[in-house]
Amino acid sequence: MEWEVVIGLETHTQLQTKTKIFSGASTAFGAEPNTQACEVSIALPGVLPVLNKEAVNCAIKFGLAVNAEIAPRSVFARKNYFYPDLPKGYQISQYELPVVGKGAVTIQVPAVGKNPAYEKVINITRAHLEEDAGKSVHGAVEGMSGIDLNRAGTPLLEIVTEPDMRSAAEAVAYAKKLHELVQWIGICDGNMQEGSFRCDVNVSVRHKGSDKLGTRREIKNLNSFKFMQQAIEFETRWQIETLEDGGTIQQATVLFNPDTGETRAMRSKEEANDYRYFPDPDLLPLEITDADKDRVRVQMPELPEAMKSRFESEYGLTGYDAATLTASREVANYFVATANAGADAKPAANWVMGAISAKLNAEEKAIAESPVTAEQLANLIKRITDNTISNNAAKQVFEAMWAGEGEVDAIIEAKGLKQVSDSGAIEAIIDEVLAANAAMVEEFKAGKEKAFNALVGQAMKASKGKANPAQVNEMLKKKLGA
Amino acid sequence: MINSSLKTLSQMLAKKEVSSVELTQAFLNRIDTFNPDINAYIALDQDKTLAQAKAADVRIAAGSAAPLTGIPIAQKDIFCANGWKTTCGSKMLANFVAPYDAHVISQFDAAGAVNLGKTNMDEFAMGSSNETSYFGGVKNPWDFTRVPGGSSGGSAAAVAARMCAAATGTDTGGSIRQPASLCGFTGLKPTYGVVSRYGMIAFASSLDQAGPMAKSAEDCALMMNVMAGFDERDSTSLQRDKEDYTRDLNKSLNGLRVGLPKEFFAEGLDASVAKVIEAAIAEYKKLGAEIVEISLPNTGLSIPVYYVLAPAEASSNLSRYDGVRYGHRTESYTDLMDMYCKTRAEGFGAEVKRRVLIGTYVLSAGYYDAYYLKAQQIRRLIAQDFVEAFKKCDVIMGPAAPSTAFKAGEKVDDPVAMYLQDIYTISTNLAGLPGMSVPAGFSASDDDKALPVGLQIIGNYFDEARMLNVAHQYQQVTDWHTRMPELQLPQGTK
Repeated sequence: MEWEVVIGLETHTQLQTKTKIFSGASTAFGAEPNTQACEVSIALPGVLPVLNKEAVNCAIKFGLAVNAEIAPRSVFARKNYFYPDLPKGYQISQYELPVVGKGAVTIQVPAVGKNPAYEKVINITRAHLEEDAGKSVHGAVEGMSGIDLNRAGTPLLEIVTEPDMRSAAEAVAYAKKLHELVQWIGICDGNMQEGSFRCDVNVSVRHKGSDKLGTRREIKNLNSFKFMQQAIEFETRWQIETLEDGGTIQQATVLFNPDTGETRAMRSKEEANDYRYFPDPDLLPLEITDADKDRVRVQMPELPEAMKSRFESEYGLTGYDAATLTASREVANYFVATANAGADAKPAANWVMGAISAKLNAEEKAIAESPVTAEQLANLIKRITDNTISNNAAKQVFEAMWAGEGEVDAIIEAKGLKQVSDSGAIEAIIDEVLAANAAMVEEFKAGKEKAFNALVGQAMKASKGKANPAQVNEMLKKKLGA
Repeated sequence: MINSSLKTLSQMLAKKEVSSVELTQAFLNRIDTFNPDINAYIALDQDKTLAQAKAADVRIAAGSAAPLTGIPIAQKDIFCANGWKTTCGSKMLANFVAPYDAHVISQFDAAGAVNLGKTNMDEFAMGSSNETSYFGGVKNPWDFTRVPGGSSGGSAAAVAARMCAAATGTDTGGSIRQPASLCGFTGLKPTYGVVSRYGMIAFASSLDQAGPMAKSAEDCALMMNVMAGFDERDSTSLQRDKEDYTRDLNKSLNGLRVGLPKEFFAEGLDASVAKVIEAAIAEYKKLGAEIVEISLPNTGLSIPVYYVLAPAEASSNLSRYDGVRYGHRTESYTDLMDMYCKTRAEGFGAEVKRRVLIGTYVLSAGYYDAYYLKAQQIRRLIAQDFVEAFKKCDVIMGPAAPSTAFKAGEKVDDPVAMYLQDIYTISTNLAGLPGMSVPAGFSASDDDKALPVGLQIIGNYFDEARMLNVAHQYQQVTDWHTRMPELQLPQGTK
């Protein structure tokens, strides 16, 4: 029997507002403990929450970006539980009526081995606004735990998907897509180290073809895509082995240990709290009108989907290339800048997705940190299209520019990479090559096509790579009467 | 001087017949004399109080006085006041010094009023007799063997015993109006959302509302001018234009339609109280009012609905008292859970625990729909009753409490009997409507004490100015509101 894994994600994205969701305290990361905790943050007697409108705008932006229903009326509810870093003894969240309803995102799942890349639509169940808790600090004072309430009240948008993913690769592709999208629309800084983007992954397995969901376990607080991949793969194997050994899966919350690569149950869900949700009487229902949505819509950047279609029609790119370039707003902007600086779109796309991306990956850099600017890349591409240099020479120029050796033309000059397009000079080289390789010429005439390529190679070599390959090809053909 | 109206006191201050320091000192002396017996105040700070009085005198001398500048006011200990011990009547907050001002406190500060001290109250405003206070009960100035009502019992006794010029209270189910009735003065609970709740320690957020407790309707109107108004720090505060609550005081009541709900005059109402209320209604007829019989059919459901919703909200509101950041923390504990349990077991009194338990129960999975949701539905029906009633009348009248002040200890062990004290007041909280209690006469107790009876006036939303007018006109033709108890000087005082 073949097994199938079923995955759904809950992602907490920290919204990029200056102040907290229900108070005027700052949300900046890294301040001294409790210096950003106002009377509301520490839940003094008598304080009341006031909703930060900027957090609502962020939620609307997200709803628009995933084509979701944005609730005309949503309700804040109290989630009641005791924990030292939860100052009020309840978290203000949304329960029955969330601000964002059903929506969807399209993901690109990359090729793995023989399996080709593909697109898939992942459905969003809901997204709701809530406040973050503080942090417990252990070890700062011997034998005691400390509480830092700087983070308490930081606005979060919790984004929940349907159980639509069927592999770790799909889950990671979704997480990456979402990570990019929230940064694209400017609602989250995406900093996973600082906890601005945290994923909880629900994993269950079932026999392929079954329409019943298995019992799920929730992997909490994954803060890197690598860990997410490893955690899901381990958890899936563990669940399948458990079931194949005749065991059963208990619904549970599990943690991933990056050192061992294993997941381990934290607490069983049966003992879970009864959160006693009820509408927060301190806050009025959140009402969002069409006018509110329109006001936010005009502040929105062009969305990845729209940009992808535009790249296809405006630049004649393939769907795959357009999707790859629009996977990140920074990359897309870089590509557009390259094209705007005069480079042909197709080679520009190839360079951005090829050499640039490989270099950035190798050096773990973001495209904003690329030593080769879009304008420099455009100049390089122009020199290829106008036949000044060959593709091979271009690679050398690129390397030199990356290393900071100067501008395109200066490097071509300094390295003597200018392509020879003078037909007289090329003819002389070809004549020499033909004379020195009579045997190959014979082979070609006897029908060995390969010999032709070898002769081209010889001619290029003789020109020290500077001859225009197209011209060499053409002239050689003429000389050989082919 | 201690029995003068706010208007008179304000004029005396303006004319320099008395300074704010002298006036304040007069009240402080009276507090010194009577508070040890009555226990109306639980926090006093003469230095702070007199400093405010001095500042008020400077302001008066500079000619920039507002109507309440220099007037000494008692503040219910539910309002956070910067630098003042703010306990809410609980052991949990017995040593809590508030680091900020409630909106109500800052409004009085801005008006130049003098804070005389913080008044006793039922713990977290849960009670109708002030007997749940960690700081002990409060004596009713009309009869020291009786309770002043609650939860604003300290403010009530302070006003009745003239230990302040006026006081603030809060009313979640009747906590201004029932003590006003039992202690014989005028108290107003405004429309929900008219006075900001910021800095007012929450009991049941959707019902809590602050209001004035004073000697007359006119005094209440002047207090309302200070207390009411939009505050962006309270999301349920209503964005309305500032109004002058004294504007309609002198309007004639000719043609006023007074609705009498038959449910307010049924079983459960003390006959002697009914008699006083009927006499008051007769007085209104003389003033030109027209009497209309109305019905509020869901009145009987108001107490059960209230005792689902208020505890539900309270159970959550009181979760912050966990011993982690401020307030009481138990001395020794083995782990976090033990710390929580012992802290809350020690810090809360029996009535608070009862309501936290009820509230936790009704919000629990499996019970939520049957209790909380059902109660919310009935709450809407109760509000609808009033909408129908106000089609037939301008104000509603009836008793504020079913009986006069009862004996201390009489109902402490019978929570349901205690809860029934609020039978006539709770429905207005559930509907969010304004209500007030106005002194309407006295009734003789079994032991032959004359005890005050309050007439309740319920108005439509935002109709406070009209209600104050209705009460003021009555106070022009009656003198019940000017009566004050004869207090015995404690033994040994000269």
